[in-house]
Amino acid sequence: MESERSFYEYLQSFSETRSPIDFVLIYDNLPRFFDGALVTLQLTFLALLVGGLIAVPLAIARAYRKPFLSPAIRVYTYVFCGTPLLVQVYLFYFGLGQFTAVQESFLWDPILSNPWWCVIIAFTLNTAAYTTEFLRGAIEATPHGEVEAAKACGMSPFTRMRLVVLPNAFRRALPAYSNEVIFTLHGSVIASTVTLQDLLGVGRWLNGRYYLAYEGFLTAMVFYMAIVFLITFVFRMAEKRFLGHLRPREAPAPGSARVAA
Amino acid sequence: MDVIFEYKQILIEGTLVTISLAVLSLLLSIVLGLIGAFAKLSSSRGVRRAGNIYTLFVRSVPDLVLMMLIFFGGQTLLSQIGGLTGLWDYIEINQFVAGVLTLGFIFGAYMSETFRGAILAIPRGQIEAAMAVGMKPGQIFRIVTWPQMVRFALPSFTNNWLVLVKSTALVSVIGLHDLVWNAFSAGRSTHQLFSFMIAVMVIYLVITGLSDLILRRVDRKYAAGVRKA
Repeated sequence: MESERSFYEYLQSFSETRSPIDFVLIYDNLPRFFDGALVTLQLTFLALLVGGLIAVPLAIARAYRKPFLSPAIRVYTYVFCGTPLLVQVYLFYFGLGQFTAVQESFLWDPILSNPWWCVIIAFTLNTAAYTTEFLRGAIEATPHGEVEAAKACGMSPFTRMRLVVLPNAFRRALPAYSNEVIFTLHGSVIASTVTLQDLLGVGRWLNGRYYLAYEGFLTAMVFYMAIVFLITFVFRMAEKRFLGHLRPREAPAPGSARVAA
Repeated sequence: MDVIFEYKQILIEGTLVTISLAVLSLLLSIVLGLIGAFAKLSSSRGVRRAGNIYTLFVRSVPDLVLMMLIFFGGQTLLSQIGGLTGLWDYIEINQFVAGVLTLGFIFGAYMSETFRGAILAIPRGQIEAAMAVGMKPGQIFRIVTWPQMVRFALPSFTNNWLVLVKSTALVSVIGLHDLVWNAFSAGRSTHQLFSFMIAVMVIYLVITGLSDLILRRVDRKYAAGVRKA
């Protein structure tokens, strides 16, 4: 008879008798957590995409020390890298309402009074600032010989940038970028502090609704872990593909070495 | 601007809470980081694995999730344990303790990576030489490993510290009256949240700027015996 019980019934009896955690409640609310995961992923990757697009020209301006532009960008990255993301989100969501000019402007109603937009703006500016700085480092690390060779081939500055400098800089920045992606995902939990229902938001809602201590946070934690493992896996694949030439060469098997000799 | 000066007392109090939270978390993270680093370099496979799982776990869970789990879950867990064993009735984890535990635990993992790299950067021959002249493990650590480890670890340590300072802001979410919380409530009651948030940003920039200065001093001290490249 034991085997005929459905998974759900098993979960029910386990939760009631042996476990301090109510798995049935988690199971019943799984769809909400998936919705939350969708919001989290949306915020993270939209911010990364737009932030990355902003970061490329800023990093180029920084790396080539454009007068006026480069110091101005430095001030921006210094402020956004040096202050907590939470404060930046508060600044946009709660802070902008201080000015009547903002409240009366056309941007107020659909965008700046909406937590989703404020969070996206703050996340984007934040990740763009970090990305600018390490991309600048990667561009500055371009071996001079590569640039000289490109010049010798008669490439225009734009072609040089497009075909030589940027592709290699992206490769060098890849490991740092995987950290940035994970940090942006970690930072996205801040969305739940301004009422958004992301993963942590759903977890907090569940705990608040049923007066629980663990279930919501633990479930959110498991979801975050799964997402991070997925991201790490994707980046490991990408590094294998794009940084294959930098991997330490594996020693050939003893048998094959003899054949070669 | 004037309104911020009117509230400067509450901002200063909050800043002190933030700084003491950050410093205590840093101390805890250094202890955990050293334990983690030696666990990762241990000759026992199980201990090594435990060290790696620690880092992997921290890297995959957002700080605020962990903080809420420790603050809300830890509270319940402690009272359940107390109820089962009958040792205590009710223990309260306040926000400050939860913050120190969470941040110390999280940054302990990052510190363990930092320290591991720094220990590996010390030439093996020096440890062997110290053993050969008959130093005890404690002595080796104090006289040979530590002074050089600090120098190798310092750049990454500085970075960890700066990230830690910024992470303290999250404790305001679970209700600790730190800089962000105080500024937020002051800003809300005066309808000047923008000005107060800008003030908070300036204070954070001052803290990070000052610590940069101090840590550069420390670096000069520990790098006294090394020629600059």
